[in-house]
Amino acid sequence: MSYWRAILLVAGKDLRIELRSREQAVTLLFFALLVLVVFNFAFDFTVIDFVTLGPGVLWVAFMFSGVLALNRSFQNEREQDRIQGILLAPIDRSAFYLGKVAATTLFMAAVEAVLVPIAVVLFNFKFNGRIVLAILALVLNTVGFAAVGTLFSGMTTRTRRGDLLLPLLLFPAAVPIALSAVKTTSHLFAGHPLSRYASWLAMSAAYDLIFLAAAVLLIDHVLEE
Amino acid sequence: MSPGPRGKPAPGGFVPAIEARGLARSFGVVGALEPLDLTVPAGESVLLLGPNGAGKSTLLRLLATLLRPTSGSLRLFGESPGTGEAAMRRRIGFLSHQTFLYDHLTGRENLLFYGRLYGLPDPGGAAEEALRAARLEPRGGDCVGTYSRGMQQRLAIARALLHGPDLVLLDEPFTGLDRESARHLESRLREEAALGRTQVIATHDYGRSLGASDRVLLLRDGVVALDRKAREVEPREIEALLDGPAPADPVRRDS
Amino acid sequence: MPEPVDARMRTGRSGFVEQGLWVAVAVLVPVCLHQIFQVVPTEGKMGVVQRIFYFHVPSAFAGFLGVGLCALCSALYLWKRDRRYDLVAHASAEIAVVFFTIVLLTGPIWARPVWGVWWTGEVRLTSTLVLWLMYAGYLILRRNAENPEQEARWGAVLGIVGALDLPIIYKSVEWWRGLHPKVLKVSGGQGLDPAMERGLMLCSLTFILLFALLLVLRCRAGALEDDLAALTRHAARRGAGAEPA
Repeated sequence: MSYWRAILLVAGKDLRIELRSREQAVTLLFFALLVLVVFNFAFDFTVIDFVTLGPGVLWVAFMFSGVLALNRSFQNEREQDRIQGILLAPIDRSAFYLGKVAATTLFMAAVEAVLVPIAVVLFNFKFNGRIVLAILALVLNTVGFAAVGTLFSGMTTRTRRGDLLLPLLLFPAAVPIALSAVKTTSHLFAGHPLSRYASWLAMSAAYDLIFLAAAVLLIDHVLEE
Repeated sequence: MSPGPRGKPAPGGFVPAIEARGLARSFGVVGALEPLDLTVPAGESVLLLGPNGAGKSTLLRLLATLLRPTSGSLRLFGESPGTGEAAMRRRIGFLSHQTFLYDHLTGRENLLFYGRLYGLPDPGGAAEEALRAARLEPRGGDCVGTYSRGMQQRLAIARALLHGPDLVLLDEPFTGLDRESARHLESRLREEAALGRTQVIATHDYGRSLGASDRVLLLRDGVVALDRKAREVEPREIEALLDGPAPADPVRRDS
Repeated sequence: MPEPVDARMRTGRSGFVEQGLWVAVAVLVPVCLHQIFQVVPTEGKMGVVQRIFYFHVPSAFAGFLGVGLCALCSALYLWKRDRRYDLVAHASAEIAVVFFTIVLLTGPIWARPVWGVWWTGEVRLTSTLVLWLMYAGYLILRRNAENPEQEARWGAVLGIVGALDLPIIYKSVEWWRGLHPKVLKVSGGQGLDPAMERGLMLCSLTFILLFALLLVLRCRAGALEDDLAALTRHAARRGAGAEPA
């Protein structure tokens, strides 16, 4: 069982379960949508420019629903002790971790893909930025969030107040990602050239690499029962 | 009481299935398992007894390589798990009272997942075979969430034994099982033992398993209180040891 | 019986180091205070309030020291699985939070009279707030673990992640603000007055020694807690054995 196939197997399992149950999709989407709606009421967007405030609003929505996704991802493994079944298998724990990160990233990306068009409509915004770069920015930042989030939720889902502990730990740790995401999105919305936010993209990429590598090395210590 | 199977071929020849020297595990300053010496020859069926908190689950999880020992050494089939841990796990099967199954996947999909996870050459074929053995073939395409408890247990047993493990570890597998499923489990375990597979089964319900075991190992407070051939042990003795005070010193195996 | 934590942590050698630190701190603190309030010249633009700088900056140094030490000991713990490393890691993180709290309190106290606002959103202060949250989270996570061994393991993972994150957090907040505030160069951008620099060095040394003293005390307390837990457990087992069936 090669390393990459193990990752695909774990991620594929999560995807198949999600497609079958559609539990997460509905919850995540509705929650993120709710956050958007609340902000729509909270600020008068006829007066305040969506370009200014929009990125922040969007990423708050993504990160809060991301926390839900992370919690669900591991809670699913806690039921029936399913995670033991995987830990008993002859695969690297880090392959399991990366599979989880991949699945969570996909779920969050799906939410983002739905939410951005909705936000554009809800806030009467005309987006004429570069789509490819927007997607790259979304993916880079989501991966970083999912990478650290998965490492942490491996721990928090075993505690009593895990649902509260995860955001408490994750949000400070993910500050670089949050800042990078908001700044990059902001520049993209304003139609600025790549040079203005290339360094932010680089920071996100660096963050992703550092923490994926660190997590791959540390995950054994997290999951060792 | 029928005697346990004897004279069966042992895979791995004379290499003991389990060889533990000074194996111990503590959680912080709390010692769950005191240093333990244990040699289990291949093919032996061990009955692991003890009250709650005695260290049975800890020992099983150490043997399953789910836990790392805080001291001492463990060799499974002559190899130290530390180095080739992932590969070692291919030879281990673990069954607890939790099913390890995904409710939203079908029986077949669950088995396929585990088959692939264990790198079986023909996961599809193995899954079908296992479904047949568990008499779950007609329901193979239904989500496990729709199964009855007994059916889920049968599938869990199938999952645990799917990859043909040489060492089967069972942690209270009879908990909450209905009679039919319990009988099914017993017969599967007998089959496995006949194939020369090593078994360690921890249970409270020893009456059922005493006859099928070669050896009894009783733990109290992380220490071995009894280690003898099953046929030389009286249920009375077991009762006394389970209810009485904890022994001060660990007991060495009588040969 | 699991081995009790090294006796040296409780008595003996530790006592010697500890006493040395007490002496050093007892001497330096008054000297430092004298420096801060008497010797160092008053800063031109900000006045007397600026003296809080001599508490603010060294506290930040002590906090960083705590973070670094925590990460180092966390890594060592994961490698060696020796409880002593975990004790030091935990204590370092705790004390780092204390010093970060001082930074977060002295910052606004300094800012309000000088700049008119409590919170300037200044880079270092904002980053320190994030770090404070992270290490407070470290302490809370440890509290919520299921057993001491898991607590140590998880703490170690978090300790390493925290130290890795620290520079990235600082950089990202710095880029976010778009400024590079020269907090140290307060006197007209010419660099620090040598007397001020001396004062700062002295205070930094004092705070670092203070950190070390607190660390030693906290580790000793932790070791004693461990021994107590071990003894309690041992007594419980003996007690259970002595009772009639």
